Amino acid sequence: MMYLELFLTFLKIGGFSFGGGYAMLPLIEEEIVYIHQWLSQQEFIDIIAISQMSPGPIAVNAATFVGFKHVGILGSIVATFGVVFTSFILVTTLAKVIIKHYKSTVVTGIFTGIRPAVIGLIGAACVSLFKTSIVDYKSLLIGFTMLILLSKTRLHPISIIMISGIMGVVVFSI
Amino acid sequence: MDTYLKLFWIFFRVGAFTFGGGYAMVPIIQKEIVEKKGLISETEFLDIIAVAQSLPGAIAVNTSVFVGYKTVGVLGSVFALLGTVLPSLFIIIVLAIFYNYIKDINSIQLFFKGVRPAIVALIFMSAVKLAKAIDKTKFNYFIITAAFLAIAVLDIHPILVVIACACTGLIYTARGKKENDVS
Repeated sequence: MMYLELFLTFLKIGGFSFGGGYAMLPLIEEEIVYIHQWLSQQEFIDIIAISQMSPGPIAVNAATFVGFKHVGILGSIVATFGVVFTSFILVTTLAKVIIKHYKSTVVTGIFTGIRPAVIGLIGAACVSLFKTSIVDYKSLLIGFTMLILLSKTRLHPISIIMISGIMGVVVFSI
Repeated sequence: MDTYLKLFWIFFRVGAFTFGGGYAMVPIIQKEIVEKKGLISETEFLDIIAVAQSLPGAIAVNTSVFVGYKTVGVLGSVFALLGTVLPSLFIIIVLAIFYNYIKDINSIQLFFKGVRPAIVALIFMSAVKLAKAIDKTKFNYFIITAAFLAIAVLDIHPILVVIACACTGLIYTARGKKENDVS
């Protein structure tokens, strides 16, 4: 029964939270902390902290954490399955339609409009991340160094992440 | 089988290194799928992000499912999706067990404090690369600016912006077509 409840709750979270990333947090909080009371407010804040130090989508991280805390490893798998299920069905269905009608006037028109919009969207995400990540001259130094590395070298994003992390340990310890 | 494992491995790395959620995965997927493997073009990548953003669920999950489907079909989506979520699943379980010990280790905190500004630089470069990939028309410049201001300044929900821009695109292409038909 617990498995079904976990699955359905995360199915709801995955199916009704738009925008990805931190935009999903309010709905997750509502379901997990207030409705089901699986976690306390403090534990929910811990999830956010844990998500910041672990990779992957925050919704998947929350699902895994809650599932694990309440049922164990199988619970975390069930919750994760729930949170990605809707995505899987919707995306594969829509992808099929889009690929089939890629050259049609309607699909071409829609993408003519949203292709540049996505660049604006990513730019806006960059600004909001800038505000929360670049908080002092040390973080500014790290960001600027990485920007130079990125434009002058062909380093893989993963290498950039590792270098910046090590630089963080050095710079912030001084 | 080889293609499926390759997809799995690409998205395993995407899942293992997207710190910061949402658009943080854009630079890694761009590098792996667009630049190194050439599986999809920059413009197709933009279309996929647009779809991923417009549907419910995590952006990285939606993107991986779409890329998997586009490259090898439904089974490709399954492998891409598994690759994306498995690192999270594993790391979160480990962190959940050891969180009380880990959270007090100072150097781990500092490491992630250092990663955050790098994500900003990475996403910025991705946006620049993607902007170079589309045509330099007045329409495109207008939409980029309008979408950016709508979200960054006016705080309008991204989905509403995507819908509005889709409608603008539809009207724009329909009018362009009409003019072509007349002339």
